[in-house]
Amino acid sequence: MLETIALIVLGVVALAAAVFSTLCRSTLNAVIASGVTSLMASIMFLLAASPDVAMTEATIGAGLTTVIFLYALKHIRSSGGGKDD
Amino acid sequence: MIKNILTVVAIIGLGWILYPLLVDFETSTVLNPLAQEYVKGSAADLNLPNAVTAVVVTYRGLDTLGEVTVLFLATAGIGYFLKRRSNKKAKQTAGSEILQTGAKLLTPLFMVFGIYIFSHGHLSPGGGFQGGVVIASGILMIVLAEVNFHFSHLILQFSESLSGIAYVGMGLAGLVLLGLNNFLDPRYFLPGNYLALFSAGAIPVIYSLIGIKVGSELASVLAAIQQDGGEA
Repeated sequence: MLETIALIVLGVVALAAAVFSTLCRSTLNAVIASGVTSLMASIMFLLAASPDVAMTEATIGAGLTTVIFLYALKHIRSSGGGKDD
Repeated sequence: MIKNILTVVAIIGLGWILYPLLVDFETSTVLNPLAQEYVKGSAADLNLPNAVTAVVVTYRGLDTLGEVTVLFLATAGIGYFLKRRSNKKAKQTAGSEILQTGAKLLTPLFMVFGIYIFSHGHLSPGGGFQGGVVIASGILMIVLAEVNFHFSHLILQFSESLSGIAYVGMGLAGLVLLGLNNFLDPRYFLPGNYLALFSAGAIPVIYSLIGIKVGSELASVLAAIQQDGGEA
């Protein structure tokens, strides 16, 4: 029962973060929100007893992809290409 | 306006396609026959506690080889499109004091943890891919913190290609030693004691090679991004 509630809460947070990342104007906030979506998905996988998938999602989705996006964003800004912020 | 209508139509269409799956969905309480064979076989034949690793490395080993190949192609593509510019000195601002100190402290721990994950892939959750990504995260951290960090392309190339060749070689060894049906069969090594680090045949070796390959591939992606960016 507790697990179901936790899954529902995590799912709602993940969906809200996903919608926010498509709608918000700032690219930086969008990247962070998509990272939050991945993190929530990874916790959901862990609750669904699949630690292998949870680990992959946490390392790749929440960790590496977010940081590479941020890194690319920094480079775009320093080369004067990004104006949407 | 028409764009918004089309978006809504696309969302409704997707929901209409996926709705039957949701209606018919029920959580299965028993494993299907194929999964039962995998779970039984991983303990009985391969002496392997982690059934997921048994599927990834052995039963669906060819898929894993394909995934590693796809990752290699993606890396090669990134390296091609982000070619090294003539002006090699990229303008990069140094990380803050906190980031620099944290990176110095944490990067070795990331490395050790990544190696732990892929060398214990047959015992605990995780494996080559996850371990490789953790190693690449450690490298990324030091790239972000240090201005004058240079990748050794020689080491990256050697670790990537040697681990790739060794992975295929381990697969072919099964073909040679065990017979024509046994590509990527790990049972030519001794099975060892159940739950020991050196057990389950060649699986720890194969998974470690995958980990080194994934780690060095992602590190070379980072190297390509680092050398491309920053100079405007």
